[in-house]
Amino acid sequence: MLWINTKRILKLGFINFWRNSIVSIASVLTMAVTLFVIGSLYIGAAFLNSSLEEVKNKVDISVSFKVDASDDEIISLKKDLSLQPEVKAVDYIGRDQELADFKESHKDNAILLQSLEETGNPFGARLNIKAVDPAQYDAVARFLVNRNDPSLGGKSIIDQISYKKDVVDKLIGLIATSKKVGMAISIILILLSILVTFNTISLAIYISREEISVMRLVGAGESYVRYPFLVEGIISGVLASFLSLALLYPATLWVRDATAGVFGGINLASYYINNFAQIFLLLSGCGIILGIIASFWATRKYAKV
Amino acid sequence: MIYFDKVSKKYPNSVALQDITFSIESGEFVSIVGHSGAGKTTLLKMILAEDNPTSGKVFFDSQDVHALSKRALPKIRRRIGSVFQDVRLLPNKNAYENIAFLMEVAGRTDQEIASDVPHVLDLVGLGDKIWSFPHELSGGERQRIAIARAIINQPDLLIADEPTGNLDPINTAEIIEIFKKINSIGTTVILTTHNKKIVDNLGKRVLTLDHGVLSRDDKSGKYAI
Repeated sequence: MLWINTKRILKLGFINFWRNSIVSIASVLTMAVTLFVIGSLYIGAAFLNSSLEEVKNKVDISVSFKVDASDDEIISLKKDLSLQPEVKAVDYIGRDQELADFKESHKDNAILLQSLEETGNPFGARLNIKAVDPAQYDAVARFLVNRNDPSLGGKSIIDQISYKKDVVDKLIGLIATSKKVGMAISIILILLSILVTFNTISLAIYISREEISVMRLVGAGESYVRYPFLVEGIISGVLASFLSLALLYPATLWVRDATAGVFGGINLASYYINNFAQIFLLLSGCGIILGIIASFWATRKYAKV
Repeated sequence: MIYFDKVSKKYPNSVALQDITFSIESGEFVSIVGHSGAGKTTLLKMILAEDNPTSGKVFFDSQDVHALSKRALPKIRRRIGSVFQDVRLLPNKNAYENIAFLMEVAGRTDQEIASDVPHVLDLVGLGDKIWSFPHELSGGERQRIAIARAIINQPDLLIADEPTGNLDPINTAEIIEIFKKINSIGTTVILTTHNKKIVDNLGKRVLTLDHGVLSRDDKSGKYAI
């Protein structure tokens, strides 16, 4: 019996969806706009996060050592640094490597290379330090200054500590602001589009309120009156998610082309393709849930007799 | 089967029913007559619990229909076949589906539906309009679909509000014959009508409403307004 009822309710939902084609198209289109907004915000946010992550990774503290600093002392400092909770990674670049790098980048300057041959290797070794969070670079720098201060028991082996404090500060500010603004815009846009979808679906059910009252008067129970509308809501949600997925791809391509001159192209399109399954699940899930909740709410409101 | 206990229905500016008390036994054929606005439709709405009385109670098989739970009410309504004054077919369903819908909600099998629906449509003379949608049918045809829908589940009670209002005399006679036949197999029938000829020919019980008051109750009465 349950199976027969389910089958009949599904069939009623599909037939209603098909026969109320204009209302159904309107629901699918408004829902698709909502899902498109959700999808773009999701891709945008993910992309923003990954770009910020990349910028964060490009910022590091570079510590140059004096030429007479021994490898042991540097390795011991590296080990201590690695134990600091705020430090994510420490790279050691030896003196020879420094020289080789310098030669490589100045290979066209014969005079410079010649003079290097005469003076010997003037470079000290170097450590490149990446912090877990850019806000922690100050702490890392302070740790290094303390280690290098002979009056505090350390030995002065560091020649120079360099990191772009202003860039780091700006980056920290940018991350915090973009997260806040992004969240606020997302919430407003999502709420607005959900409201519009709710309105369209309830209008569709409002149009059918006479029909609903007849169904009730001839003895249809809750399931036969309301569930076909839920089925319609689910169909709208699924179709709207397909439509919004289809629209998102050209939109990401457009963003890539439009921003080509600025950043060398934000490649949202490849993000979209690489995370398609996740985006598909998000949008179809949102579509189905939205369809069910809106239909459930509207049938409750308009299906009384 | 039906018992009205001092039922009144008042609207802010009018009184539709006033202190109505009567009972209808199982198997009766009752005509309700009265001028337009006398309260006939309101009275039928009370039986279906489509509207609530201002005071008093309406019982269907000893159950107060206005005190039933949300789950119990559809079960009672499934035992009542209704022909509404304004027909009220489901606009997005064709003739077949309009009737099949009632069988589906009553839990009848697909085989029963496939065999009974064409049969009942033949009975009301619309066997050739089985796939037509309400908007493709005439007023009289819609009325007959509504009658087919009301009798498909062999209800215990059939209530028909002006069922012959849109029909020509031949169709009217056919429909009344169908009602008599249904009544003869045990279904209680309540019919409201303005048609004097129908009431006189039936020679069955007649309730007369006058401005919301039950003014006459004749066991084998005639149309007397």
